[in-house]
Amino acid sequence: MIIVKFIDFFRDRLKGTILFCYGVLALLVFIDLACIDKSVAHTKMEHLPGFWSLFGFIACVAIIIISKWFGHSGIMTREDYYDD
Amino acid sequence: MMTDFMHPALIMIIGALLLPLFRGPARKPYLVIVPLLSFINVMQLEAGTYGIIQFLDWHLIFGRVDRLSQVFGYIMTLMCIIGTIYGMHEDEDAQHIAAWLYVAGALGVIYCGDYITLFLFWELMAFASVFLVWFRRGPNSRATGYRYILVHTAGGLFLLAGFVLRYKVTGGDLSFGPIGVDSPQLYTYLIMIGFILNAAVPPFHAWLPDAYGEATVGGAVFMCAFTTKTAVYTLCRGFAGMDILIPLGVCMALYGVVYAVLENDTRRLLAYHIISQVGYMVAGVGIGTEMAINGTCAHAFAHILYKGLLFMGCGSVLYMTGKSKFSELGGLYKKMPLAFVFTLIGGLSISAFPLFSGFVSKSMIVAAGFHEHMLWPAFLLTLASAGTFLHTGLKVPYFIWFGKNNCSEETWEKAADPPWNMNVAMGAAAFLCIFIGCYTPYLFKMLPYPVHYEPYTAYHLSESLQILLFTALGFFLLIKKLAPEPTISIDMDWPYRMGGRAFLWLVKKPIQFVDNCVSEIYNLAGMRPLMIISRFWSWFDWHAIDGVVDGTARSVRNIGGVVRKVQSGQMQYNIFYGVTIAGVLIVAYMFS
Repeated sequence: MIIVKFIDFFRDRLKGTILFCYGVLALLVFIDLACIDKSVAHTKMEHLPGFWSLFGFIACVAIIIISKWFGHSGIMTREDYYDD
Repeated sequence: MMTDFMHPALIMIIGALLLPLFRGPARKPYLVIVPLLSFINVMQLEAGTYGIIQFLDWHLIFGRVDRLSQVFGYIMTLMCIIGTIYGMHEDEDAQHIAAWLYVAGALGVIYCGDYITLFLFWELMAFASVFLVWFRRGPNSRATGYRYILVHTAGGLFLLAGFVLRYKVTGGDLSFGPIGVDSPQLYTYLIMIGFILNAAVPPFHAWLPDAYGEATVGGAVFMCAFTTKTAVYTLCRGFAGMDILIPLGVCMALYGVVYAVLENDTRRLLAYHIISQVGYMVAGVGIGTEMAINGTCAHAFAHILYKGLLFMGCGSVLYMTGKSKFSELGGLYKKMPLAFVFTLIGGLSISAFPLFSGFVSKSMIVAAGFHEHMLWPAFLLTLASAGTFLHTGLKVPYFIWFGKNNCSEETWEKAADPPWNMNVAMGAAAFLCIFIGCYTPYLFKMLPYPVHYEPYTAYHLSESLQILLFTALGFFLLIKKLAPEPTISIDMDWPYRMGGRAFLWLVKKPIQFVDNCVSEIYNLAGMRPLMIISRFWSWFDWHAIDGVVDGTARSVRNIGGVVRKVQSGQMQYNIFYGVTIAGVLIVAYMFS
């Protein structure tokens, strides 16, 4: 199936794919710096270069770490917890 | 009364009742035609008030048609078509009947104009949908269903108390409309609790992941679309501008994201993201401006489609493999490529990726927040959207179709793309997710107010892509932390699940003990003396009373026997005995 071939194409070239993705991320930040009109921004913070990149990354890391800390503080429990 | 008006819910109810009559080749076309008729009916409705029935002193309004009800009626009947096609392979009529009655309940609420009609259909929704849990017939289905119906009954009672109180306070007003959020009364809060319980606002939310994770494969597709979105509609109708809904909505959006990180079950993860996404809508209602209400309706519309698609995608994995836990799946992209693509489209839509539906709907609510200078809510909702992409756009596809292969040999053998009807339904929903994202007038023209919002600006595109792609970077850098763990997470259902257990213990142990003590005391102090007295009176009855009575009877019998012997029946003997007795009496008299 063409979908499987398409996925395998990228999996077979994993290093190149990863490099390509990093390139896309760098391009996004570059476009944010060079091309985007920030006069429509809602706050001053948003004028910082790559603000939303940093926001997205920190948000992701914070969500994972805080959630896992919360979960392992006693919220996550064995699957048969309610079966007794 | 209903001259030109045919209620779309009535079509679903009649269709459901007649379904058992359709067998063989007529059954599958019938399954499509009924929701299709309801959808066509909705499209042909014109603004106005229809179906007014006088009942006792009340005017019951079944058909209030306006732009707000139409956008919800449209998407709900459309989703009913898609959901029914998805479950078309299911032979059990009762499952389709339950689903259609559930949709009828939702449509009844959407078009009603008074609280009594609303309550009637509100309860129909709860009553019909619980069967979509019970019909799973799994080891936990029955208990889950009972929890679901009990929680919704409690919510219904809040609603009932609220509108009855309002009826008394206002001197008989039952109309369902803007409730007056500027001067909230006790009844305002009671009705709001009834509504937000169905919207799954914490702490009243735990029924949602509990039930949706346990429902049938097709049933969950219906459930994820109707209950919470009907509640969003009622909030839009009655509570636009209610300030407290803003923090509640933001909390929901973040709460769902946090629990989704912890979740090991695919459908429960999606359920937590319903809470998160409905959080945007609740916050939008709280903001209450025309733009925010438009955003809420648009997001509800888009959400019904992409969440239905996600439940269909993960449901097809469950249907084919029998598994729904990340810790029992993985690496399935070669076995189920179509299901992967459809689920990915759903994931990108919910994540508000450009060209997908969430991008044009979710951002309208956030923009409304920024527009009203509500910076904290707007930033926190933006943060939650990173979490949405993290889980639904990345975690779900990665840990089912890629990642470590945790499948057993049996699971791997079973895995394959689902039957054609499931693929058609997923394909239709996927198409609409992309269509809405690419051609905004389709959705924007349906919204209650004129839309003055353009999602495809360079700034918004750059902002969204940066947030999403750098979230993806964070995901792949911390992927080991997200590896599935075979656990469950304790949530707000703990108090009533363990509370029920505590009540059972209370009944079995202390109350049973007290009951036993009382029984023993009663036995010692009451029963035994009573038995002794009873035995005495029994003896007395037998020997004294019965002795007198029986002795008299025996004496009479003996005398009778003697008299019988004396009385031979011959005249001469009778004369002889008579004369002798008379002679004896005369002699005795003479010598006395």
